[in-house]
Amino acid sequence: MKRWLIALGVLVVGRFRRRPLLDEPERLVPSAAPDRRAENIVLLLFGAATLCGVAVPVIYAWDAIPNQTQFLGLAFGLAFAFLSAACIVIAKRLIVTEDIEEEYGLTHPEDEEALEQLVDESGDRFTRKRLLILAGAGAGTALGAALVTPAASLGPVFDTSTLYKTPWRRGVRLVDEAGHAFRADDIEEETFYTAYPEHAEREQMGAPIVVVRLKPAELRLPSARSGWAPEGILAYSKICTHAGCAIALYRKPTFAPVEPRPALVCPCHYSTFDVANGGEVLFGPAGRPLPQLPLLVDPAGQLRAAGNFSGAVGPSWWGVRRHGPRS
Amino acid sequence: MTRALLLCLVAGLLAIPVASADPPQQGVTHVHVAPGTPAVDWGEQLFGANCVTCHGPNGRGITSEVHGAGNEEGLGPSLRGVGAGAADFYLRTGYMPLDDPHKQPHRSHVLFSKGELAALVAYVASLGPGPRIPRPHPERGSLSEGQALFTEHCAGCHQIDAKGGYVTNAVAPTLDQASPVEIAEAVRTGPYLMPRFSGRQISDAQLDSIIRYVIYAKHPDDRGGWALGHVGPVPEGLVTWFIGIVLLIATCAVIGKRIES
Repeated sequence: MKRWLIALGVLVVGRFRRRPLLDEPERLVPSAAPDRRAENIVLLLFGAATLCGVAVPVIYAWDAIPNQTQFLGLAFGLAFAFLSAACIVIAKRLIVTEDIEEEYGLTHPEDEEALEQLVDESGDRFTRKRLLILAGAGAGTALGAALVTPAASLGPVFDTSTLYKTPWRRGVRLVDEAGHAFRADDIEEETFYTAYPEHAEREQMGAPIVVVRLKPAELRLPSARSGWAPEGILAYSKICTHAGCAIALYRKPTFAPVEPRPALVCPCHYSTFDVANGGEVLFGPAGRPLPQLPLLVDPAGQLRAAGNFSGAVGPSWWGVRRHGPRS
Repeated sequence: MTRALLLCLVAGLLAIPVASADPPQQGVTHVHVAPGTPAVDWGEQLFGANCVTCHGPNGRGITSEVHGAGNEEGLGPSLRGVGAGAADFYLRTGYMPLDDPHKQPHRSHVLFSKGELAALVAYVASLGPGPRIPRPHPERGSLSEGQALFTEHCAGCHQIDAKGGYVTNAVAPTLDQASPVEIAEAVRTGPYLMPRFSGRQISDAQLDSIIRYVIYAKHPDDRGGWALGHVGPVPEGLVTWFIGIVLLIATCAVIGKRIES
């Protein structure tokens, strides 16, 4: 650790702390010959680290390349590896080392002077200090830029209206994976179905829903939502309100008196939503209920949306409660 | 005196293997009937002796707690219309009889004989029309289609390796010991908290594929060589970490070595 501090001190402080050559005190560190080859290696390693650091935002921005994530990881890994290799070469080949028996004390002025002298003398071997500092700073800046790059994925900052948009509005039919319209009679109890809005982009957050059927007597929906579940058929967003995973688990009791109540469960962190009670959170890290989609059965017996969701779809963010969803 | 003691000891030692070879079968009452008795009648007697405490007379179910003889809790669903499929599943897996109706049933040693199982299934089937015991043909299924369907319908709880997992308040059991018929029965009846999948959601042909995949998943082809329980990134990450930490320590040792000067 001491040696690393010294290396850092040499690179940062050493340059500006040249001591007057008059009445030179006795050397603490034995002098050593400069090592241009090691310096070249260090420059090369810093350069390689800089390149890898710069590569990260480039790979990040360039969606067309395959295996983007793997390349990002590789660039990060190599940048750190080159940087640490450079530090190792500096520490082993370029810093003049000296065994120190007593501990450094920074309280006494003489000790401080001795430490400064130590740092200065340890850096004696460098011939191109400014170039090395520049190379090191370049590598550090590139790596810093690489580290903040993923922050660009944190989502829309100023215009969050897209987060409230869903393809559901009154009259949109519910279709299955193959695009066939769901009839109310298709929906059986004790199981669950995934449905999508007809003629809409399925990849968007607000598209997929889970459909289940309970006995109408089992429903405990808030009074404002009476009529949202014709024949006991309920629809909820398939996207968990915690982290946005797809809700793939439905638990239903075989024998209600001793078994847990029917609920949708997210497989990622086990957020559990009560289907009878408007998607209230029963368990888990989700902070708000699963948005419910009001349904209606048209004269042909097909299931259609009767409006938009009860709340914003998808994982929560700071402004999630500000508006309702829009079509 | 010593000889008598020794004899007692030997007799005792001899008795141990005899006792362990034929353990007293607890929890189940066997009913002996005259040969030629119809299976349904035998089943009814077995039901009366073993199941009626919870499932009620004539399988009507007991929905509020009653305390029977020996303060045994009685609480259980009606069996009318559950069909032979459900009865066969719960009995052949040892899910039933269940010692505590508040517990999740789990796979256990089957205490009934094969004939008794068939008789009980016949009796439950006679209570009302319900699904029959399915006859899957996994050999007709497609392994790749089965994997896709398993991923879509089953892996959420049972994990893609069919080793089981969790859902809140329950355990999704491992499918290690599940036979093709049991898998088909579970898919169609939805035991405990598991959803039920009808023929409209998963066709019989698709079910054959799913079963084929589950059977394959018991002994998968591990091209990587080191399966690590097939549970994915957690053990893999742990192993990587153990290898990585050795490399890191080695690197530290190399960096930390002093130069001789």
